[in-house]
Amino acid sequence: MNLNATLFAQLGVFFILAWFTMKFVWPPIMKALDERVHKIADGLAAADKAKTELAHTEKKVVEEMRKARESATDVRANAEKQGAHLLDEARAEANRIISQAREAAEGEAAVAAQRAKEVLREQVAQLAVAGAERILRREINAQVHAELLANLKAEL
Amino acid sequence: MATGHEAAAPSASEYIVHHLTHLTSTGHKQEKIIDFSLANIDTFIFSLAMGLAAVLIMALVARRVTSGVPGRLQAAIEIVIDMVESQSKAIVHGDRSFIAPLALTVFMWVFFMNAMDLLPLDLLPSLWQTASGNEHAYLRVVPTADLNGTLGMSMGVLLLMFWYNIKIKGIGGFVHELFAAPFGDKVFLYPFNLLLNIIEFAAKSISLGMRLFGNMYAGELIFMLIALLGATATWWGFGLHLIVGSVWAIFHILIITLQAFIFMMLTLVYIGQAHEGH
Repeated sequence: MNLNATLFAQLGVFFILAWFTMKFVWPPIMKALDERVHKIADGLAAADKAKTELAHTEKKVVEEMRKARESATDVRANAEKQGAHLLDEARAEANRIISQAREAAEGEAAVAAQRAKEVLREQVAQLAVAGAERILRREINAQVHAELLANLKAEL
Repeated sequence: MATGHEAAAPSASEYIVHHLTHLTSTGHKQEKIIDFSLANIDTFIFSLAMGLAAVLIMALVARRVTSGVPGRLQAAIEIVIDMVESQSKAIVHGDRSFIAPLALTVFMWVFFMNAMDLLPLDLLPSLWQTASGNEHAYLRVVPTADLNGTLGMSMGVLLLMFWYNIKIKGIGGFVHELFAAPFGDKVFLYPFNLLLNIIEFAAKSISLGMRLFGNMYAGELIFMLIALLGATATWWGFGLHLIVGSVWAIFHILIITLQAFIFMMLTLVYIGQAHEGH
């Protein structure tokens, strides 16, 4: 444990190393540490904000779901009502068409019957005349009895 | 020669004395107690190397430092820096732009120098003896087990105490405090105040250096005594060397860290006191 000039060399090294640390080591590392403190603080704040936003959004979603359900119920009721209405209309239209068709068919049938009646009448008259002619061929002169035949035809 | 097996094996006391002798600039053992004409080359080289290793590792981290996810080395340095920063903040009230980095340097440097004690006792000396070709070459590898190394640092702290006293209080304020504190601002008390202040400054800086030196010197000496057990070249000596050496080395991990921490804390405390008036 002798003292010598090493002491002064050590003294010099002491200050040089401290200066070096002050200049090149301490500031960047402290800066990084402070930055990290800010980053963590920001991150925590952002997480808190996100949490409140999430709660808010969830509330909104529930509200929207409720609204959607309500409007769906409305739409269904409307659709049912409209469907019933359309069904009624269609039914009425069908009835109308059926009755129209029936009327038309009845009219046509009446006309056809009339015509058949007339044709039948004509033919009966002719048959009657023809029959009478045969019976009266020799006795009756067509010319003489023409007026009689015409009268008969008219009666039939 | 260090193992004690050679024909011309040294005696136990020769072995220890040899290991406690510095490699000086003259190449010979220092004869006078105080002799500023020579220096301990080994202490200077190893303290400089350890100081450079400490600050360069930190500078490496500082160059690649990120505020994002830190790597393991960065995290380790950050733990130390955070510890130093919080201690210096609690102890020193004032501008810490130099004091906190100084405390960090002191902690890292002293820790690295103390850690030299954990190297095998004869490793570097015998390498040096081989390299220099002189089988009696001296070499001590723990700079903090040299009073020059520790007192050099504590003198630095003493200069900083003066500097911060003058910076905070002004030259007049500091001189006034030297004469007027602690007993009181009376003319007949001036000599006693001054005497007590001189004693206080001397005691602070000498005890600061002596404490570290004493701890490391004693630790080194015990490693030497343990090595002598192995040097008996018997089974019991070898076993004791293994067991006791391991126990002491593990205990020494605590000591080197603790002494580095104490040196840093006292540096902060003494400089912090310079910031406060009596």
